[in-house]
Amino acid sequence: MNSRLAAITLNTFREAVRDRVLYNLIIFALLLVASAPLFGQISLGLEKLILVNVGLSSISIFGVIIAIFIGIGLVSKEIEKRTLYTILSRPVRRWEFITGKYLGLLLTLVVNAAFMTIGFFVALLVVTRTFTRDDAGFLVAIYFIILQFFIVTAITLLFSSFSSPIFSAIFAFALFVIGTFAEDLRNFAAISEGVTKWLATSAAWLVPNFSALNVIAQVAHGDHISIQLVLFNTLYALLYSAAAIAVAVLIFERRNLK
Amino acid sequence: MSALEILGLAKNYAVGFWRKSLKTALQPLHLTVEEGEVFGFLGPNGAGKTTTLKLLMGIVFPTSGSARILGHDFHDPDVKKQIGFLPEQPYFYDYLSAPELLDYYAELCGVSSEERRKRIPALLDRVGLPDVGKTQLRKFSKGMLQRVGIAQAIIHDPKIVFLDEPMSGLDPLGRREIRELLQELKDQGKTVFFSTHILSDAEALCDRVAVIHKGELRGIGVVEDLQSKSASKTEVVWHGSHALAAVSRWVSETRTTGEIVRAVASSQDLDMLLEKLRQQHAQIVSVTPVHGTLEDYFLTHTSESETAKV
Amino acid sequence: MKSRRTSTIVAVAVLVLAFAGSLLALHQVDQVRGKQATLEEILYIPSGKTLKKMSLGYTGLLADIYWTRAVQYFGKKHQDEAMHYELLGPLLDITTDLDPHLIIAYEFGSIFLSQSPPAGAGQPDKAVALVEKGIRANPDRWRFYFTLGYIHYFDRKDYKAAREAFQTGSEKPGAYFWMKVMAAEMAHRAGESSLAEEIWARLLESSQDEMVKDNARQHLAALQVEKEIDEINQRIAIFRQKTGQQPSSWLNLIRAGLLRGIPIDTLHNPLKLMPDGTIQVADPDKYQFLTKGLPPGYKRRVKHPPN
Repeated sequence: MNSRLAAITLNTFREAVRDRVLYNLIIFALLLVASAPLFGQISLGLEKLILVNVGLSSISIFGVIIAIFIGIGLVSKEIEKRTLYTILSRPVRRWEFITGKYLGLLLTLVVNAAFMTIGFFVALLVVTRTFTRDDAGFLVAIYFIILQFFIVTAITLLFSSFSSPIFSAIFAFALFVIGTFAEDLRNFAAISEGVTKWLATSAAWLVPNFSALNVIAQVAHGDHISIQLVLFNTLYALLYSAAAIAVAVLIFERRNLK
Repeated sequence: MSALEILGLAKNYAVGFWRKSLKTALQPLHLTVEEGEVFGFLGPNGAGKTTTLKLLMGIVFPTSGSARILGHDFHDPDVKKQIGFLPEQPYFYDYLSAPELLDYYAELCGVSSEERRKRIPALLDRVGLPDVGKTQLRKFSKGMLQRVGIAQAIIHDPKIVFLDEPMSGLDPLGRREIRELLQELKDQGKTVFFSTHILSDAEALCDRVAVIHKGELRGIGVVEDLQSKSASKTEVVWHGSHALAAVSRWVSETRTTGEIVRAVASSQDLDMLLEKLRQQHAQIVSVTPVHGTLEDYFLTHTSESETAKV
Repeated sequence: MKSRRTSTIVAVAVLVLAFAGSLLALHQVDQVRGKQATLEEILYIPSGKTLKKMSLGYTGLLADIYWTRAVQYFGKKHQDEAMHYELLGPLLDITTDLDPHLIIAYEFGSIFLSQSPPAGAGQPDKAVALVEKGIRANPDRWRFYFTLGYIHYFDRKDYKAAREAFQTGSEKPGAYFWMKVMAAEMAHRAGESSLAEEIWARLLESSQDEMVKDNARQHLAALQVEKEIDEINQRIAIFRQKTGQQPSSWLNLIRAGLLRGIPIDTLHNPLKLMPDGTIQVADPDKYQFLTKGLPPGYKRRVKHPPN
């Protein structure tokens, strides 16, 4: 394995871990998960359902927020602060830099999700006193959430490779929201006509389809998620992310830094 | 094989709202630096020194031209193992400590972990940062950062080192230390290319210098040759400030401290001055030849009316 | 620059292949998730009210999204000539919970719900509930009452309820006059003759439109005749009780003291007493809206109520 790539990946991970923003978000998220059992007081008999929905949704949303918050700085911050100069004067290829940053942030998100998952299962244990076989479904849901991170991080990095931190954040977040409603965009495309239809259809297929990766409601009701769905979602997330990173590399390799 | 060959590197920027007009940051530059040389790249602020270095490092891409470093194309990533770079007013990852930064940077250059373990403490010592331990770089002063900067430029033992204003942010003691360091590098046979607008540093360290102004190369040559182009003078120090009035015609740059006067006279006026001082019963303290400075050469070549001549 | 060229080629190749691959993978994902892709989650949301709280104030937008989904759902089912539209009701419910003023959801949604399958969900009771919900949130919209009346009339055949709807709606600001016409028509069908009469009389009095007046007159005439026929039938029933026989002519009844003279219709034509004891009008064609006293098998050019 390319040792430079590994070095950059691990350094990015180290950077994220030492970033104080991360801790605030994590603590807030854990609090949310911990307080979920209280929601059960509101509607009797639904503690588990609510805990699962709130818990998994928190892991998802907070992961996305962290991905965007830290992701926007990955490249643009280095350019603005010029820490990149001494990196580029070394045998580091520009694509290695981008990819290393990506993998490093991804590693951070996975580790973060792992901690939150543990917290989630602890809360679950407190509420239900036991685990059932259905609970394995939660792991699938969390796996899909991680796939979501693959995509969100990639598109954030893509924007970060050519625009400022603020705009990268706005674009990435907007794309996340649109991607969440990708199915509705398709519905809209189906109803509309002419140019609008063409535009809407293209957009519907171009934006990342996050609704396909969200099975929280299903696992909350103990539904089984098919192996095929796992397989195809994995392929989709990996390929889409690869495409986004490829664009980021293409842009960054040509960029005259200030 | 030369250490550095700059072959017509040039950079233009499109400026203005509609990106229509062209601003020239660097006109086609031709320059060669031999191995083991200490080469000074002089010029006022905004002359194009930093642009040249950014082009060489691959931070910005040239509008035209190319360069060769140690015989390889300047964009070849592998040749960068032999290059060290210190940018102007550097900024490093502030969440790392100095040893962590050096370790990371050295790893990126392919230095083995054993070597890193050996070199880092020694190097930090050598640049004057022996006790920084685990302190994060965000807490470092400007001077300390500059030293870290130099350390990261040489941690991987490169053959050629590029420095942009290496003395900036340093106090006189620091500057002396760095000057010694650069001399050491030279003694080790490394090639040093540094840009500065402080002429005394260039005089003290460089074998050759080039003067650049408004993106254009204005002059290049061996330091001694350029110095002797300006008139030689003699510095005279005497006791007896009353004598100053009588000799003022033949001196310049006078400085009086109590009874002691220090003044500078040109070679032809020297005899007359000494004679007059004796007549005034002044006591001569010292007579020292003053080397011509680069300053004149510099000023001549950075005046507005000058056209390029290399 | 050689190394950049290599990595450019690789990056472009990755981009093209990966993106194309991702589209293929997405297509497969769609297949696996099935046609209900978007709508799985609505099965799990307890209610529109919960969703409203979760939507952080963007209820209008979310309502529009759910309305679009409802339309899509309906459209697909309709196209497939489905017999069951289970999710339509919940979707419309959520939509209107999110935005109680999304008129179109009530108006069109209720029609989709009430139509019989495969044209619609065949749930007129749910449709009525939806419109009534709309009325509660938008009390002055007379058109809701029209929709309500229409559903009662067409799908539920509950003429009394239809009449109530049309009548209430006709009082609302801006209501078109024929709401009253519809109310009267429904009253007639529901057998609420005196109410119908009242409404027609008022219409005759208040309307400026000659066609409307004529229409009202026709209705009133028909009602009048029907009232008379009912009255006479009552007398015939008494006669039968008393004598154990059908009266063979008007004279029987007059002699029995049950009638004062030969009954006539509003056109001063005598009514006919048939051998089987039923009553018929002399000239049914003159009575556009007559529903009683018609010869068996009589077919009139049917005049539909105005839309």
